Amino acid sequence: MSASDSDSAIKILLIDENPIRRAIIESGLADAGFKAVTVLSNTTRLIDHIYNLDPDVVLIDLENPSRDVLEQMFQVSRVVRRPIAMFVDRSDKSEIEAAIEAGVSAYIVDGLKKERVKPILDMTVSRFHAFNRLRAELDEVKSALKDRKIVEKAKGILMKSRGIDEDKAYELLRKTAMSQGKRIADVAQALVSSVDLLKE
Amino acid sequence: MTATANDRGGSKLREVTAGFIPLVDCAPLVIASELGFDRQHGLSLVLHREVSWANIRDKLEIGAFDCAHMLAPMPIAAQLGLGRATEPIIAPMALSLNGNAITVSLPLYSAMLEHDAIATRAGGMAAAKAVAAVVRSRQTAGLEPPTFGMVYPFSCHNYDLRYWLAAAGVDADNDVNLVVVPPPLIADTLKAGRIDGFCVGQPWNSVAVEQGNGVIVATKSELWARSPEKVLGVREAWAERNRALVADLVRTLVAAGRWLDEPANRGEAARILSQPQYVGVAADILLRPLSGELIRGGEQRQDRDPDLVVFHRGFANFPWHSHAVWLMTQMIRWGQIREPFDLSALAQRVFRTDLYREAVAGSDVPLPPSDSKREGVAATEPGAFFGGDTFDPEAALAYLSALDIRNSGADLEAFASVNS
Repeated sequence: MSASDSDSAIKILLIDENPIRRAIIESGLADAGFKAVTVLSNTTRLIDHIYNLDPDVVLIDLENPSRDVLEQMFQVSRVVRRPIAMFVDRSDKSEIEAAIEAGVSAYIVDGLKKERVKPILDMTVSRFHAFNRLRAELDEVKSALKDRKIVEKAKGILMKSRGIDEDKAYELLRKTAMSQGKRIADVAQALVSSVDLLKE
Repeated sequence: MTATANDRGGSKLREVTAGFIPLVDCAPLVIASELGFDRQHGLSLVLHREVSWANIRDKLEIGAFDCAHMLAPMPIAAQLGLGRATEPIIAPMALSLNGNAITVSLPLYSAMLEHDAIATRAGGMAAAKAVAAVVRSRQTAGLEPPTFGMVYPFSCHNYDLRYWLAAAGVDADNDVNLVVVPPPLIADTLKAGRIDGFCVGQPWNSVAVEQGNGVIVATKSELWARSPEKVLGVREAWAERNRALVADLVRTLVAAGRWLDEPANRGEAARILSQPQYVGVAADILLRPLSGELIRGGEQRQDRDPDLVVFHRGFANFPWHSHAVWLMTQMIRWGQIREPFDLSALAQRVFRTDLYREAVAGSDVPLPPSDSKREGVAATEPGAFFGGDTFDPEAALAYLSALDIRNSGADLEAFASVNS
C-alpha cells in the first residue's frame, strides 16, 4: 500500500524522544510513501516548530509531557495559522482507543479527510505495537539475565555458608521456592538481600 | 505493609486502577494505597503515574483507568465535549483544595519591586498590581510582554492565573503571553528565561524557590481561601454500573484525606510521596506545602499558612456545585465555550454530591446542609475571594456580565434564556 501523490504531500510531524521508536515510525511512514515527514526529538521550542512547519498531522508518543502543550495550542488559534482540531473523527472511538493503547496520540488538522489520515494512523499504531513488542522482549531478556545472576549469587552464598555443592544449593533454592509458592529468583533475591543486610 | 489477596473475611479485593500526575495533591490516592485504606474498604488500588493531563483524560475515557486524579475543570470540559473529550466524566468527590501558587522569575520580581517595594511582600492582590505595573511599562516602552506558564487549558491554574492578572486589570489573552509547560519542566523553563512566571501545583513552586530562580508571589489560598483544585474523575457510565464500588472508593479516599490532614502525619506523607514512583522530589521540599510552611524566596519573609493544601477538613471532599458553576463561568469568561448551556444542571450532573452523600451517609464524616454555597461572602470566612469579590452561584451570569475583563465572545443573553 502506497500513498497517492496528493497524500504523500501530507505534512506529518512526529514528536518522539525515543530514537529507536522514532526510526521505526519514520521508516514505516517513508515505506508507505509519505514524503513530508519531519521528526522532532526535542520539545523545548515546540510551538515555534509547529508554527514554522504548519503540519497537517502531528503524532506524539504518550510518554511525552508536551502533549499538554499541544492541547493548549489547539485551544488558542492565534498561535497557529490553522486551527488544528480533534482526533480524526469523534465517532470513530475504536481508532482513538487503538492509538491510545499503542501509546500514541494524533492531532489532525481540521478539514483533512478521514480516509486520507487512516493509513497514517494505522501505520503508526502498528509500528508502535511492533516497538512495544520489541521492548517487552528486551525487558524479558534483561530480567532473565538478572534472575540468572541473582540465582548464581544465592547459590554461591549457600555453597559457602552450608558447605554444599552447586547442585545441592540449587535444589535447596528450588524446594524453598516451591514450598513458599514463589519464583526461584525471588527466593534468591531475598537471600541475597538478607545477607547484604547482615553484612552492614 | 504489603497487599494481601484476601481481606475482609476472605472476600477478594476489587481492583481499581487509578491514574495520577506527580504533584503533592495526588497524595490521597498514594496514601490510600500505601497505608492500606483501600484494603480496609475491600479495594486494591493500582496506581499509574502519568506525564500529561491529556493522557489522564484519554486513558480514563477508554477505560484503561477506572478513576483518576483530575483537575476540577476536566470533568466539566468532558461533559461539554471540549478539548477532544469523547466520554462523559463525573466527580463523585473532591480530592483537595488549594495547592497552587504563582511564582515569578527573579528578573520579573526585581521589576515588580521597582514599582512597589513593599506591596509584593503581602502576596495576592498587591503582587498582581505590581505585575500589572510591569506589564504597562513594558507596553509603553514597546517591549515584549511577559510570558506566563500554566499546565493545561482546562485547569484551575489557568483560571487562577487569569483571575489574578485580571483583578489588577491585566488581560491574560491580550496583555501577556500564556503558554503551557509540563509541571516537571516548569522550574527549568523559568530558569532558562523562556517564561517570566507560572502558576502550577506544588511542589514545583517550592522547587523553583529552592533552586533560587523564583519567588512565590501569590498562593491559591490567597486568591480564594479553600478553593477547588483536584477531584476524583470517573466515567459516568462506569459509576452508574458500579455504585457500590464508587461508594467504597469515596470512603477509601476520604479516609486517606483525613489521615493526610493530621499535622502529625505529614512528615510520613512527604517521605512516601518523595519516592520516585510517586512525586520523586525531596521529602523536605514536599513537606513545605504539606506542613503549611510558605518559603516564598527573594527577600520575602517566611509565612505559615495551614491551608496551602487541604485534603479533608472543612468539607474539602464535598464536590460543591458552587465550585463547578464558578469554574464554568471562567470557561465562558475566557472563551472556551460559547454554546449556551444550563450551568446549574451541568453542575448537578458533573459534581455528584448525591454520590458523595450516599457514600459517607451514616459515618462520622460531616456533610454540609446544601449542595451549593455563596463563595467569598466574608473575608474572614473560608471561601473568601481575593479582591473582595463574592460569587453567588444563583447569579452566575450577573457575576459574569459585571466582570471588566471578559473575552468570551459568548452571548450572555442566550445563556440567560437556558438558565432560569
